[in-house]
Amino acid sequence: MWSKKVKLGLAALLMTGVLAGCGQTENNNAGGNEGTAKKEETYSGTIALAGSTALQPLAEEAANAFMEKYPDVSITVQGGGSGTGVNQVAAGAVQIGNSDVPAAEKLDDKSKASELVDHKVAGIAFAIVVNDDVKVDNLTTKQIQDIFSGKIKNWKEVGGPDEAIHVINRPASSGTRATFEKTIMKDVKINDSIGTVQDSNGAVEQAISSTPGAVSYVAMSYLIGEKKNLKTVKIDGAEPTVENIRTEKYPFWSYEYMITKGEAKEEVRAFIDFVKSEEFAPTVKKMGYIPMTELE
Amino acid sequence: MQQMHMKRRNRWLEEYIGRTFAVICGWLIILITVTMIIFLAVKGIQSFTDSGLSLSDMLLSAQWDPDGTPPKYGALIFIVGSMLVSLGALLISAPIALALAIFMNFIAPKWFVSLLKPVLELLVGIPSVVYGWLGVTILVPLLREWFGGSGFSLLAGIIVLSLMILPTITSIAADALANVPMAYMEASYGLGSTRWQAISRVIVPAAKAGIATGVVLGLARAFGEALAVQMVIGNTMKLPSGLDSPTATLTSILTMDMANTINGTPWNNALWTLALILLLISFFFIAVIRLVGPRKER
Repeated sequence: MWSKKVKLGLAALLMTGVLAGCGQTENNNAGGNEGTAKKEETYSGTIALAGSTALQPLAEEAANAFMEKYPDVSITVQGGGSGTGVNQVAAGAVQIGNSDVPAAEKLDDKSKASELVDHKVAGIAFAIVVNDDVKVDNLTTKQIQDIFSGKIKNWKEVGGPDEAIHVINRPASSGTRATFEKTIMKDVKINDSIGTVQDSNGAVEQAISSTPGAVSYVAMSYLIGEKKNLKTVKIDGAEPTVENIRTEKYPFWSYEYMITKGEAKEEVRAFIDFVKSEEFAPTVKKMGYIPMTELE
Repeated sequence: MQQMHMKRRNRWLEEYIGRTFAVICGWLIILITVTMIIFLAVKGIQSFTDSGLSLSDMLLSAQWDPDGTPPKYGALIFIVGSMLVSLGALLISAPIALALAIFMNFIAPKWFVSLLKPVLELLVGIPSVVYGWLGVTILVPLLREWFGGSGFSLLAGIIVLSLMILPTITSIAADALANVPMAYMEASYGLGSTRWQAISRVIVPAAKAGIATGVVLGLARAFGEALAVQMVIGNTMKLPSGLDSPTATLTSILTMDMANTINGTPWNNALWTLALILLLISFFFIAVIRLVGPRKER
């Protein structure tokens, strides 16, 4: 009982500070200066994260770095999918829910959504990936729409070899697929009765590399390092680089969210700020995500 | 004397503690099972009570489009997919299992049986993800070469599953055959039958109930298997047009979507209903086992 009251009190106390620092840039400054201005500041407590498997690797890396900096904080990171992230944080089971989409887009019950606060922590680029026997380097948005809606069935129709296209999708509930639909397919419906469905980035990767003529979409964080038999295709002539995303030449990307219930506790907020910070940005980049510092 | 008394007291105490422990464990199992069934039933009917879906739409429509406008929740594809893949697996592995069981009991030399038994047990112990993995890396490319298409297909699911349920059916059928009294065999020989006649006309019919139990257990396992099937069947939202065509099953749609939907949404409720359908089907199988299973007294 009393712990609830304490939490409430703490939340109220924090509210003032957080409301003031609501703007994205201000938050960032706070994060960036943490090391210098508030050198003596230490945090303690435990933070649990769960959700998006796309964000999980970054969250784990950030947790390790943060715990090294503040040994009194203990952080656990679990996967489970964006739905799990939103569920768990809404139920109060974890302090941070990781999600590929804002909480409101997942929840039907809008009253519940108003309790949840989305924090953009990184950007993530996705790529259209094909098996490397497909000699196609560039696809237009229109061609991609036609391929995934089943209008184009052979690679020769888009300047490739005479070979059947094998479409690989993610399940309808996947966050990656949601981004694909929002940024590339737009109003065109994916035809689910063609091709196959794989349920994770890793399974998609495996299926593309082993299936001739395969095409799918994968988060860039899964394409770091040498990949066998995989090829990334340009979209409308643009490669998935930060520069192209910033100048809006490359459409296929989205934010990753860390969601908190109500306003976050001190150490939770410090952790989220840390993920977005200048200090952590090089790691974010190295892992195939786009740091918030480069998106503004 | 004193010591004897102590000993007796200890034994009584041990007996008492052991008994209590066993009883608690028994009740705990019953409690957990019943709670799970109630929970699943409550969650499963929310599709109809809260989300206003209709049962006939769910069972008879092949339109599964939960994020469409309007969303559609027809589960026919998955129900048909699950049935085809498990019945197909049964069709392959039941005859082989029966043959293996007969071979182990009446034909194979002792040393070979002592080799075969542990191998079968090992086959049961291999995790399903390994079967799925082998399926994806070896079977799917092979099927692609032979039949064209992508290789992810109903047939791939059937083959992987038949391998998985083969040891289950074999060992139960072998036990059933071993339990047939030797006198039957001897009497049959006495009447001048050959070994084949004795086995096919006397032993197998006598062990019919036990063999059937193995078959139904195999079917139940095939129906409930999720991971391995999901990895090779393609999970495409369509009714299969042939053995080389990909499709989806109840379990594969569950494992793919469960983690990404939110509690209380019609989508999530529909998934619970699929889980309830799975449970009801396994109830059905258990009921069948109890009906055909060997009676205690003969």
